[in-house]
Amino acid sequence: MNDSILTLILLAPLAGAVVVALLPDRGRLSAWLALVTSLVTFVFTLHLPAHFIPGQGGFQFEIDKLWIKNPAIHYHVGVDGLSVWMVVLVGLLAPAGIVASWNAIKERKKLFYSLFLVQQTAMYGVFLSLDLMVYYGFWELSLVPMAILIAMYGRKEGPKAATKFFLFTFIPSAPLLVAILWLYARTGTFSFVDLRADIATGALPVAGLSWAALAFLFAFAVKVPVFPLHGWLADTFNEAPVALAMVVAGKLGLYSMLRFHVGLFPDQAKAIAPLMIVLAGIGILYGACLALVQRDFWRLLAFAAIGHLSLITLGVYGLTFTGWDGAIYQILNNELIDAALFVLFGALELRYATSQIGAYGGLAAKVPQLATLFVISSLAMIGLPMLNGFVGEFMILSSTFAGVSHGWAVAATVGVILSAAYMLWLVQRLFYGPESKMASGTTAGDLRFGEQAILWPFAVLMLVMGVAPMFWMNAIETRTGPPGSSAGGPAAQVLQSSATVASAEGGRR
Amino acid sequence: MNPGDTYRILPEVILTLTGVLVMLIDASLPQGWPRRALGWVAALGTTVALWASLWQLSLPAGTGFYGTVETSPFTVFFHVLICGIVLVALLLALDTLPEKSHHQGEYYALVVFGAVGMCLLTSAVELLVVFIALEISSIATYILAGYRKETGQGPEAAIKYFLLGSFATGFLLYGIALIFGATGSTQVYEIANALGRTPNGPGLPLVLSSLCLMLVGILFKVSAAPFHVWTPDVYEGAPSPVVALMSTAPKAAAFALLLRVIYEVFPTVKSVWEPILWGVAVLSMTVGNLAALRQQNVKRMLAYSSIAHAGYLLAAFAGLGTSGIAAASFYTAAYAAMNVGIFAVVTLVSGYDEKLPLIKDYRGLMYRSPLLGSLLIFFLISLIGIPFTGGFFGKFYSFSAAVGGDAVWLAVIGLLNSGLASAYYLRLVFSCTQKPLEEEAAIQAAPARIGVAVSAAVFFAAAATLILGIVPGEVLRASETGAHTLRPLVETQQMQPVTATVAPQQ
Repeated sequence: MNDSILTLILLAPLAGAVVVALLPDRGRLSAWLALVTSLVTFVFTLHLPAHFIPGQGGFQFEIDKLWIKNPAIHYHVGVDGLSVWMVVLVGLLAPAGIVASWNAIKERKKLFYSLFLVQQTAMYGVFLSLDLMVYYGFWELSLVPMAILIAMYGRKEGPKAATKFFLFTFIPSAPLLVAILWLYARTGTFSFVDLRADIATGALPVAGLSWAALAFLFAFAVKVPVFPLHGWLADTFNEAPVALAMVVAGKLGLYSMLRFHVGLFPDQAKAIAPLMIVLAGIGILYGACLALVQRDFWRLLAFAAIGHLSLITLGVYGLTFTGWDGAIYQILNNELIDAALFVLFGALELRYATSQIGAYGGLAAKVPQLATLFVISSLAMIGLPMLNGFVGEFMILSSTFAGVSHGWAVAATVGVILSAAYMLWLVQRLFYGPESKMASGTTAGDLRFGEQAILWPFAVLMLVMGVAPMFWMNAIETRTGPPGSSAGGPAAQVLQSSATVASAEGGRR
Repeated sequence: MNPGDTYRILPEVILTLTGVLVMLIDASLPQGWPRRALGWVAALGTTVALWASLWQLSLPAGTGFYGTVETSPFTVFFHVLICGIVLVALLLALDTLPEKSHHQGEYYALVVFGAVGMCLLTSAVELLVVFIALEISSIATYILAGYRKETGQGPEAAIKYFLLGSFATGFLLYGIALIFGATGSTQVYEIANALGRTPNGPGLPLVLSSLCLMLVGILFKVSAAPFHVWTPDVYEGAPSPVVALMSTAPKAAAFALLLRVIYEVFPTVKSVWEPILWGVAVLSMTVGNLAALRQQNVKRMLAYSSIAHAGYLLAAFAGLGTSGIAAASFYTAAYAAMNVGIFAVVTLVSGYDEKLPLIKDYRGLMYRSPLLGSLLIFFLISLIGIPFTGGFFGKFYSFSAAVGGDAVWLAVIGLLNSGLASAYYLRLVFSCTQKPLEEEAAIQAAPARIGVAVSAAVFFAAAATLILGIVPGEVLRASETGAHTLRPLVETQQMQPVTATVAPQQ
């Protein structure tokens, strides 16, 4: 099982997509099939943490088969502490996406669900690939279903938003491919592990390497997105179907930065880290400030995402061990919370047919469950202790304060406070206060069974991830640390970082 | 001449006989009888020719007919490719040519005769035979381009193509004359020997002018900028099934000729043609893509896109040694698969008489005909160059060769261009996926009946595009074997020049 589990994870959604595409488009058949496929795949992904051996270096569940002889492309997949939980996260969000689309997608269901499943395969591929060409393949492939679905199911300006999204992410991947080809021309390998070793020997020309590193970073920074490359995000959030909007930003780009930018080019990453810290700092404040003034909740969520993703970027480019632990953990938290909020916003829009915040008001009494879950997710997002957002944010902020710069730590903290402001204000405007005309005029029910079945476990997970982060940290901490932090040896790093978590938990009590 | 020589032109002989047979049957059938079966005869003959080409692999590589034609893995690669394209084009025409059409028999015969010229073009190693082969293939395509006589655009396309094409062939012939003057031979290997003996001899100006003139002639045929102006008009005016053929097969043959001329006749002046092709590559992709962005007509857009693709392909010529040749050959195959496919779908969507020529007419295709819509999107995605399609691996090998030959900037420009190109391909993709407007849905008739032959054609094209994208190993090996046989005179350089310096330390 351990030898083929990653292939199963990659192929299961694809097989589901083919089955959905071949069967007729009747009733909810496609939706059920997609749901079953995604649940089965989720179970497969759970195999990974269950059999993951913490403390063992290198990659696990590895498969390495020659795919094409010349140029030497290998089907090489594997997971380590960095990617193992990300894969599970992809698995967890897929059923959430399907539940969110259950009533929202009314026509051409077959096409929607089969492309949705192709998208899943592409995302698994990004997290699993250890061969740069295979990685690049999945990275590009992930654009296509996303773009088509945004164009087809966009709210108003689908094709425009889809084109913007596609061009924003496709054009930067051109230098990325050139950089990969250049590395291959110099070393004769696409393998991540071999390339890392080759680059570490210092035999490659320095100027070329820094250009290559820059090309990698640029492609990833657009995908995160890092300020000022975020131009596509607000439109995409505004137009994309909920199921896709919740996976479009964040984890793919951030993971790629950790693995393929800082992981492959440690020296170049160290050199550019100050710039990235500044951009991340600006992004945190910029996102928070703009989120404060949005009138549309999709746009609010987009700018909130820019702020939160910038915070994670800050943790990544602080290049401290604790910062990395926090960043990786926060990617999981952030995606989970965002997914919950997306489902909730989607539920609101489905019931009240508007995303204008001003039209809402006083809903708490009419849809109590929705309101409760919304409040829990918002509190997790703003980093209330005991909930998951707190742990990651605390680790990133404290490591930035201690190891990087006091100034940016303060700025980031201000951003966190601002995020509390806009989220709480949003909750107040949506659910409390006098009942708005629209709210009293529409008869809408509370959450359906499917929505509850997704959101309550999510809420519980937020609590558990906030109270017992060590369960996740065990695996996360076994990965290779950021450059320069390896002075104390792995054991010392683990100790140092668990001490931080312990103090975080102490502070909560 | 020894008796075995006929085997060296066996596919051409089979194709010629097929063409003659089709014409004879056509002439002897009473008027008014259906002539559709002639298409099957032509398709059968082409299939036999395809097998004959494969069989040629068992011949020892070498020349025949006093050193005028050659069989080698290189020629077989292009023979198989061209016969494959022609077969798909014939199958496509079988179901899409109007039932009571004017001159159906001649249509099939012309397609097969064109194939004779294209096949011969790839195996000729004597420049005069090259010229004759080029004329055979061109004349067939000139006539086919004007097949829609009843519209104004058809004859216009044919005349434009004919005038400009014969002019370009004139350049080629002039180049051949000059190289004959410089070296006293028109046989490829003899010229190469003569040039190799005195690389910088007194004839150098003559050699360089000959190179430039021949490049003009060949680059016209592959529709590379700045010799591309005929492409959009001809593609727009010619019937779509013909465009499916003429945008791929003659181009594949012309690229084979370009490879032969560049690497076998003029390897000694690499320092001259390399920058020229670099410039042509950049110009083609940029001009093609920028112009395509503004097109409203699907066929014109695809015409400009084919100019851009010629540019991507030319990038491979910056590659070192055999890697460039292999990449260029592979790209020709990948490009042919997806382009034949997309024109097949275009034919089915807008019909032979092209009722729906504009991008906005494709609106709602996904709703009217999900199958055609999905296929169109699939081929467009391949043209964009998304991984796991033939288009991606074509670009990948081409730019990989360029980067291997230290032309990093060419690769950067090329890939940025392909990013730009995605904008107009996406316009068509998103047009298909839009919900049809109510009043339009009523007007637009259901797409053409999809018969067995055309299904087979589209299936071949789609399968080839997918196979080249997922398991390209076999085709790539074939193109590499071909590349090795192409340059017997120049030292073989290996790819990965610096591998030895960076040894993985583990």
